[in-house]
Parts: sequence; structure tokens; C-alpha cells
Amino acid sequence: MSGSNELSRRDFIKVTTGIVGGLIGAVIGLPAVYYLIDPALREGGKDAWIPIGKFDDMQIGVPYPFSFTRVQVNGWERTASSFGGYAVRKSDSPDDLLVLNSRCTHLACTVNWSAEADGFLCPCHDAKFDIAGEVVDGPPPRALDVYEEHRITEDGIVEIFFKEG
Amino acid sequence: MWKNIYLWLDERLGFDSLYANLLDRPEPKTTWWNTLGSASMFLFILQGLTGIFLTVYYTPSPDHAYDSIQYIMEGVAFGWLIRGIHHWGATLMVILVFIHMLRVFFTASFKFPRELTWLIGIGLFLATLGMGFTGYLLPWNQKAYWATTVGTQIAGTVPFLGEFTLKVLRGGPELSALTLQRFFAAHIWIIPAVLAALMGLHLYLIIKHGESHSPTKED
Repeated sequence: MSGSNELSRRDFIKVTTGIVGGLIGAVIGLPAVYYLIDPALREGGKDAWIPIGKFDDMQIGVPYPFSFTRVQVNGWERTASSFGGYAVRKSDSPDDLLVLNSRCTHLACTVNWSAEADGFLCPCHDAKFDIAGEVVDGPPPRALDVYEEHRITEDGIVEIFFKEG
Repeated sequence: MWKNIYLWLDERLGFDSLYANLLDRPEPKTTWWNTLGSASMFLFILQGLTGIFLTVYYTPSPDHAYDSIQYIMEGVAFGWLIRGIHHWGATLMVILVFIHMLRVFFTASFKFPRELTWLIGIGLFLATLGMGFTGYLLPWNQKAYWATTVGTQIAGTVPFLGEFTLKVLRGGPELSALTLQRFFAAHIWIIPAVLAALMGLHLYLIIKHGESHSPTKED
């Protein structure tokens, strides 16, 4: 058979085995690669508008406490994280609203509003922040974090924009 | 140039003699029934690969085993395919290995000089069943739980040694997290290692002795 252009039985088997093997490899291999990298292709956490309370319930000069929980799902595991803060109205104007995160900027304890002390007090290291969130006393390196993006819906509900992570 | 590279490598690695010895062996005139051993080996490799992929997401803990499989089936791209191949491949492998064994029995291929190939084959069959038994528990659903409860209880009925065997299998008197973890270890490390080693011996003996020819009327 050597020298002729016809495919020998042996070569036919070899080529067929190669093709079938390649097909099987591709049918399993390509989905397998996708399977491995799939979590990396997922979009990150979901950002959302979160309602924190009625605008009318918030009195001028009295911080309005709120809290909410976000659940993060990683595969088969769910992690719930709690967040909280204070909405502070400085004047009648709806634009004049400050939404503070109640997480202390020192070591992440939760600060509480104290009317007597006229400030936010941290139970862990006696830090004190004023009503605008600025550091008055104690170890915190910077002012309380602020939820910059917030809006008031048509129903008079204050919502903050929460970014995951 | 490729030819020179090939020749250089072949001089050092010996592809050609490997090919001649492993794949280009002379074969007696046989039937499709004689391909079942190779088919079993193919399934073993397929099970190994899909199994490796499954461990990327599977968690052998009572808290998460079931949920992680739900996640593989619904949350990950092509998870259903990888697990489906592993699931059905397992059943198919037990069937193929068993038919392969029947073929060897009916063609009397276990006779001299292939007795050891046969004995090792029995080990391979038992190891395959062991893979099936340990793998069955891993989904940690009702069927898996009770099948393993009953399966280990059967081992417990052996006189004298039964109770001890049951405790060794379960990692204690009851089915627990320890059972799941040791079945997982057996399923992905211990039994596959045994299987691979026995397969190596089995293949070596087959290459050494060649395939047996089908019996004729004179036999």
C-alpha cells in the first residue's frame, strides 16, 4: 500500500480514533473550563436602594437611627451582615440631610447617639463624634463615614444607595 | 524541522518503542467483547477527571454537602453536565467491569499464564464496587444516608469482627460527619490509588502475555 494515495485500514482507524477522541475531549473539556472559571465571571455584589425610614419621622436636630441587613450568597454559603446609621436633618430643607454610618472609624464598633453628651459615643474606646460626624474626642482617625447617595421617594421614604463590598 | 525535534525526543524518550509495545501489539482475532477492558479504563479516566472537577465545589461536611451539590447542579455553568457524567459513568463502569469479567470467564481467558491477571481483576472489580459504595454517600441526601446506614449494617452482621468493622466504616457507632469525611477520603484518595496501582499491574500483565485468543472447538 505504501506509495498509493489510498488510506490504509490502519491509518483510517488512527485518524478516526483521533477525531472521535478529539470530539470527546472538546465536548467535556470546553464545558469543564467554563465550569472552573464560572465564579470569576459572575458580577459582584448587587447594589441596591435601601429604605431607612419616613422623612417626616426625622426631626430636625435629632439623629434618626436605622439599621438593615444584607445577605451575601457565595455558592452554598450565606453570610448576613448588619449595617446601621443615623439620618440627621439640619434644617427644613429636604436637601439638608446627612446620613451617617454608625460604624466607628477606629475599630468598627457601633456608635450610639447620646442626647446628654450631645454626640455619638463609641462604647469601645470612649470615642466621641459630634452630630455632623466629626471626631470630637478619642482615637478615631477620621470622621464617621457618610452614605453620600440618598434620595427621598414620592411616598416620603428616605432611601440610601448601598454598594456591596 | 519537526522531524528532527521528534527524532531528538524519540532518541531520549523512546516514543516509537513505547508505541510498538503498548498500542501496536499483535492481537488474535477477537470480537467487540474484548474491548470492554479498555472501555472500563476509559471510564476510570473519565470518572477521575470529572471527579477532580467536582471537588472544586463539593464540600464533604454534613452542613454543606447537600447544598454544595445543589449549587453544582444549578449554580455553576455545566455543573449538571460534569456531575451527570460522573453519576451515570459510575453506574456504567460497574456494569462494564462486570461484563468484562463475564467475558473473561466465558472465554476462559483466566487460565495459565493469566491467573494473576484474573486475581488482580477481582481486586479491580471489588475496588470499583467500593468506589460506588463510598461515592453513593457523598450527596448526603436521604437515599445516600439510609443506603449507607443499611450497607454498613450489613458489614456489622459479620460474626466476631462485624461490630468492629461497622465502627471502622462509620468512624464510630453512628453515621456522622466522620463517616462522610472518611467515605470522601476513601472515594477520592484511597480507593483510586488502589485502583490505579492494580490497573498498572493488570495492564502490564496484559501487555506481557498478550490477549488470549477466543477458544475454538478443539479447546
